[in-house]
Formats: sequence, structure tokens, C-alpha cells
Amino acid sequence: MVCDRCRGGKAQIQRLRDRHRLCKACFFAEFEREVHETIVHHDLFQVGERIAIAISGGKDSVVLAHVLKELNERHQYGLELVLLAIDEGIHGYRDASLAAVKRNSSALGLPLVSLSYDELYDGWTMDRVVSQIGRTNNCTFCGVFRRQALERGARHIRANKLATGHNADDMAETVFLNLVRGDSARLRHSADVMTGALANGGTSPDETVHWLPRVKPLLYMYEKEIVMYAYWKRLDYFATECVYAPNAFRAFARDLVKELEALRPRAIIDTLTAAQALSRHADGVSAVGTVTAVKQCARCGYVSSQVICKACILLEHLRRGTGKEATHRHATRSVFSASDQTSCTESCAADQCKCP
Amino acid sequence: MVLITLEFGGGLDAITSAKAKTVACDVPAKTVGELIRWIRRHQVRERHEFFASGDGVLRPGVLVLVNEVDWELEGKMEYVLREGDTIAFISTLHGG
Repeated sequence: MVCDRCRGGKAQIQRLRDRHRLCKACFFAEFEREVHETIVHHDLFQVGERIAIAISGGKDSVVLAHVLKELNERHQYGLELVLLAIDEGIHGYRDASLAAVKRNSSALGLPLVSLSYDELYDGWTMDRVVSQIGRTNNCTFCGVFRRQALERGARHIRANKLATGHNADDMAETVFLNLVRGDSARLRHSADVMTGALANGGTSPDETVHWLPRVKPLLYMYEKEIVMYAYWKRLDYFATECVYAPNAFRAFARDLVKELEALRPRAIIDTLTAAQALSRHADGVSAVGTVTAVKQCARCGYVSSQVICKACILLEHLRRGTGKEATHRHATRSVFSASDQTSCTESCAADQCKCP
Repeated sequence: MVLITLEFGGGLDAITSAKAKTVACDVPAKTVGELIRWIRRHQVRERHEFFASGDGVLRPGVLVLVNEVDWELEGKMEYVLREGDTIAFISTLHGG
């Protein structure tokens, strides 16, 4: 069977988006071209920007780092790329994946900056969090902490934007999760290709309090194709489940996405498109740039959508030994006085945890 | 029996008894469909559902390559095994 594109090579993969059968070389070319199109079409980067690439050592972030470096050189984006890793303090998981991150940093010749929960959160590594709260809901802590840790790390290295490796399957899962949780605020922004930026796509220089823009260049790429890209390129990634997975709800969404994909691959992209349309309707602007009202946390001074940031609320619960209650809907009330309160109306909390 | 090479990627090696990424073995299977059932019984040692269901349906999200070719292009479960084939199973179901 010959390649549908070059008509010369041996077809080795069937694309999910159009069922085209491609040889390896054409698959690499198409994959990279599509990521480039996402970057150009959504105006994700500007010449001269410093971009922090969030890297865990898993397939998505390793592919992201590899492809961004390649495209930056090929198309002269003029970006300065820096790898940013977060050590959540999960023995037997993150320590091994960080070793993969270090190997990728040397192989790609990109500098690496690492931050740990241990240093950022007063010794509260995930191992210590789990020793207090057990294995239920620990992903909530990890997600909230990671979101802030990435933000802090990216600002520390004076990055203009933070790039993450979320793929189409991840984002479809998140859309479904927000839908079934009834979380309309997050639902409408759950498939945005850029968040934290102003509607015109830039960041306001005179506005000191804002989330750093986050971009997802792999948003339209199927997980299958990311894995095949990594496998055939012999990229060095770490493929072990987090020892504290799985969160049953996300695991179910994950299976749902994969089963829908097997029936009709387009369903995944259509799910993202639907969420992006909600984003446009909600803001009257493009789904590319969304503005979230932010302030500074009254406790730690960090960017927050509430008076006290979610990370501080969770940390306070941990200090008091009430971590198990911290993920309840009105947990704030039990830990801080009423004057510190505000209702949460925006997408305030967790990063999409990607554990299965 | 047919002598083939099995490859387990994306963390699947961790649930097999050999705990190895590559295993050469003689298998009493004619097709990939039969191979999946045989692997589930004889190679997978824990969390069997992570690989395939009890009735031999591969878990969605596990990719299969027949001699480096996407099994979608090779007839999937019906592919007839030949001596010396390399069949790779790669899970996509882990953190990224």
C-alpha cells in the first residue's frame, strides 16, 4: 500500500482526521505542518518572545518541545525556548520522569529550569499531601499547585508565555468533565487554544495582575498521532502512570473519548469546536484570547481569581490537618473568615490533571 | 505455533510477566485477534483490563503496529501472523 501523499513511500499510518494513509516521512511532515498552522492561525507567538515549555517528561510535552524547537528554526519564529519542569514530589514517578526531562534538555540543547512543591509550598510534596488526605481527591491538590507552580516558574524566568502539551483527546476529556460537573464557567473556556491573554491576543503591559498567557500548540493533534510521532522519532519519553492515579471520574471521561474516537474520530475535534463556540458567544470575541478577571491573593500576593487563592486555601487546610475537607464545595468558609470570602465565578482552580 | 517478536510500549511492559519491552515467543495464534487473547492470558500479569477486555477486545487507546505499520492498514484483528513478524502494542493511556 503506497502513501496517499507522495505516492512513493510505503503507507504506515492511517490519519484520524481524514483517513489518509501516509508513509513515515509524510506523516512527520503533515504533523509538523498542522502544528505550525495552529501557531500561525491563532497567532500564538510573537517574534522575540521567551516561551516557557512546561515539560513533564511524558509523551506530549516531549513532542511539544521537540516540534517547537524544530518549527522555531524552520520558520524563524524568533522565539527563545526554555524548558520548565515541576517536581511534585512523587517518589518513584516524578523523580524518574525528571531524569527523562534532563536527557531531553541536553538532546535538544534547551535550558531547563525546575521548581518543586517542596520549595514552593512549605514542604508539602504530593507524597506528604497523600500521607494526610489519602488517595481520594489528591489530583485536585496536585492540579491547583501545578497551575501556580508553572505560573511562578514561567514568571521567574521572565517568559512571555507558557506552552503546554495538551492534546485533542485531553481537551475533549476536559470538556466532558466540565459539562457533567455543571461547571459552565470552565466549560466555555475548556478548549481555548490560548488563555490568560487579552482579547487582542497580546498582554497588556500596564496591567500588572494577569495570568500569564498559556498556549496549547498541540490542541488539534490526536493522542494517537502524538504517540506515533514520539515512537517513530525515537523520542526519549517516560510512560508510567502516576502512582496516585487514577481519578475515577477522569478515567471514565478518558475511556469515553477513546471509544467515541474509535467510532468516529472527528467527534473529538467537534467536541472542541463546540466548546470554542461557547467561548466566542460568552465573550463576543475570538476563542483564541480570553480575559479572566483577576486580582492578587490577599495571603500570598499571587495572581488569583478570588480574594484568597485556591493554593493558599488548600495549604491552610493541610497545615490544620483538615486536607480531606479541603476539596468540598464550600471548604473556604471553614478555613477563612467571612470577610476573606468571595464567590468563585471564574475558572479559578485546577489545571487539567492528565493522569489517567 | 509461530515465532514472533512482541513489543510492549507506553508502559504496557510493566503489566507483563516478563517486564520487558521486547519478547520473542512461539505463539499458538493465527491472527492478531487470537494473539491479543493469548497475550492477555499468558503475558499480562496484572491490571488485565488495561490491555484488553475479558472477551479479547483491545482497550481503546492501545495502538498496534504490525511490522511498524498501523494495524488499521493491516486488517486489524484479522491480520494473519507470519513467522518473524514484530507486533508492537503501545499504550497512549498514561500521563503526558
